[in-house]
Amino acid sequence: MKTMKTIEKTVKDIIKKYDGDKTAMIAILQDVQEELRYLPKEALTSISKKMEVPLTRIYEIATFYNAFSLKPRGKYLVEVCAGTACHVQGASNLMDRMERDLGVDCGETTEDKMFTLEEVRCLGCCSLAPVVRIGADVHPHLTQDELPKIMRNYK
Amino acid sequence: MSKINTLEDLNKAKKRGLEAIIPSKTKIMVGMGTSGIASGAQQVYDALAGEIKKRKLDIILSKTGAMGMDCIEPLIDVMQPNKPRLAYSKMTAKKVPEVLDQIVKGAVDGVKPAYRMDEEDFICLDEKKPYVKGPVSKDQKDIPAIGSVNFYKKQLKLATRNCGMINFESIDEYIAKGGYFSLYKALTKMKPEQIIEEVKASGLRGRGGGGFPAGVKWETCRRAHGDIKYVICNGDEGDPGAYMDRSVMEGDPHSVIEGMIIGAYAIGASQGFIYVRNEYPLAVANLQRAIGQARECGFIGKNIFGSGFDFDLKIGKGAGAFVCGESTALMTSLEGKAGEPRAKYIHTVEHGLWDRPSNLNNVETWANVPAIISRGAKWFTSIGCKNNSGTKVFCLVGKINNIGMVEVPMGMPLKDIIYEIGGGIPGGKKFKAVQTGGPSGGCLPIDLINISVDFDALWEAGSMMGSGGMIVMDETTCMVDIARYFIDFLEFESCGKCVPCREGVQRMNEILNDICAGKGKEGDIELLESMSQGLVDGALCALGSTAANPILSTLKYFRNEYVAHVRDKKCPAGVCKALIRFSVSEEKCTGCGVCLKKCPTECISGEKKKTHVIDQTKCIKCGVCKESCKFDAIIVE
Repeated sequence: MKTMKTIEKTVKDIIKKYDGDKTAMIAILQDVQEELRYLPKEALTSISKKMEVPLTRIYEIATFYNAFSLKPRGKYLVEVCAGTACHVQGASNLMDRMERDLGVDCGETTEDKMFTLEEVRCLGCCSLAPVVRIGADVHPHLTQDELPKIMRNYK
Repeated sequence: MSKINTLEDLNKAKKRGLEAIIPSKTKIMVGMGTSGIASGAQQVYDALAGEIKKRKLDIILSKTGAMGMDCIEPLIDVMQPNKPRLAYSKMTAKKVPEVLDQIVKGAVDGVKPAYRMDEEDFICLDEKKPYVKGPVSKDQKDIPAIGSVNFYKKQLKLATRNCGMINFESIDEYIAKGGYFSLYKALTKMKPEQIIEEVKASGLRGRGGGGFPAGVKWETCRRAHGDIKYVICNGDEGDPGAYMDRSVMEGDPHSVIEGMIIGAYAIGASQGFIYVRNEYPLAVANLQRAIGQARECGFIGKNIFGSGFDFDLKIGKGAGAFVCGESTALMTSLEGKAGEPRAKYIHTVEHGLWDRPSNLNNVETWANVPAIISRGAKWFTSIGCKNNSGTKVFCLVGKINNIGMVEVPMGMPLKDIIYEIGGGIPGGKKFKAVQTGGPSGGCLPIDLINISVDFDALWEAGSMMGSGGMIVMDETTCMVDIARYFIDFLEFESCGKCVPCREGVQRMNEILNDICAGKGKEGDIELLESMSQGLVDGALCALGSTAANPILSTLKYFRNEYVAHVRDKKCPAGVCKALIRFSVSEEKCTGCGVCLKKCPTECISGEKKKTHVIDQTKCIKCGVCKESCKFDAIIVE
């Protein structure tokens, strides 16, 4: 957990970077999420106060866009690509296997806070379908059988 | 980097760029687009850099974008003075020393290149420069020429002209390819009206899917009242199965930027925005670098080429909302709000971003503009077919041998794309359908394999061009499942503003889920049809009004599959889990035990060398046994 002080400082620095420009709200939220890995309530309240934008407006944006998460995420974000090319190559079997192996449903974080499992609508690596992105690594041409071995590399 | 204010400056940069493109010493280029990196290009690059340093070789190591043939990546191109350019496919760090040995020796005796190129096309300048002066040597001649490779044979690279050819980090290399000469021509020799006339005469239609004539749009925006106008590039390529725009933004960012500056001048805009998908970090980085370079050179800023024209360009990053690819939603998102679309009767060319006249085109459309200005409308209309001039970039993916990004003249028969360029269906399976146009498009069956691939013919067939995704499906793809997949996608991505889309799509998804789960009822198919019409009539934006297309087109061409699901409770393709069962063929099973070991629920039993048995009560139908069986002994029915 980040302390209130770090949250305040992160928010302050990022707002300053954008000169408090209200039209840059999406970019501000993206930067805050990049720093804090998710959007804690405290951060949204702080942005609201500092930029004089109603909290409901910020909340609307934070819940509208899929990239934002209001819940803490695990150390690694596991994204199973659900693009059309991946779908026809069996991506849903990969998702099922991930859910079984990690013991969480799509959208949830493992108890040890290591992995957050999410579905992503096309990473644009269709030639490598089906793909799973873990952190920054894209794993190409996966079969469900290979998943346990790959997951062991993330500690 | 110094300012480029005159034609002389531009020519100087061109000379520098040419030396970099075809250098007087050995150069190795590594394809470093997103898919190249995902298949291991960074490791290859690092291995090359390490080995070159270790051996103290005088070799230039450079990066380039994706040329298209993604199925053979990582790809490196080797250029040596007075030798054909050689492309080595499926490179690994392990192969690096051997390839370097060959380069030093100047002979090809070990690792065989995939193809060779004898000349480089400078399409904007209408020039070709040979790599080899004089005849090609014998050992080089044995390597297939790029023109004989089926994947490339029928392609014409226009919007993707520089992808995989130049270093995307170098503005000089872009200029050497004729880049920014069109901007110079437009700003110093043409009036805005003349540019608009040229683009109109070229017949360039919006490559984002709508197919609206770009020149007409520009003209309306120019005529719209208002001092401040905007040009916008739609780089929110959200269609699953499409990545053409990503490849252009990554591999040739300057072509988009140049197109936008020319467009802004023609329309009378002084500010531009490129809206890029959140999922494309490399595209954002490459565009950002390119914008910085263009600014340093003076192509962005005040008084460009001394013409008195000012222009600034910014990047807006999306945050993962498919609907933001719709023009009005995109503009709302650029304003920093939740990206909900609005009714289209208020045209964005008059009231767009911040209620000001705004002209939006997609990445591919903008990338075509410099080529049109440089070569002229007449040349552009000589490519393609009637009312569909130029080329179109497609992403040929799914169940196809040669997966990759292809650019072909409009009007090419679908069959040529699938069987010649794509090399047909893998594993000897039968072609079933091709899906075009993303979630708003439809599926075309085998009967339409001769269809001309252009805006109008695809629309008539119940699909659409869309931005260019082309997903090939074989006999093991269930068409009901595909319709369910897209409707599920659209339910998730619906912004929720209008009722037909928010509620209708959700109900349709429920019906399709029931059908796939074996709970389909008589009348469901007809209900889907009438709800589809409701969407067409009542939805607010294009996302909603076209949402039923995946259902309508699969119903039109594959109705029997729906009937099989609803009436016979069978999934002919063997996909829908509730309607299939796995068993072992007595004839084919060798009792090797691989499936038994891999089954996650341990529901397969059997002694070694004897036919195995699947316990149906424990089977979760994950398909691992089928994936791992080398003898094709798992039956799905």
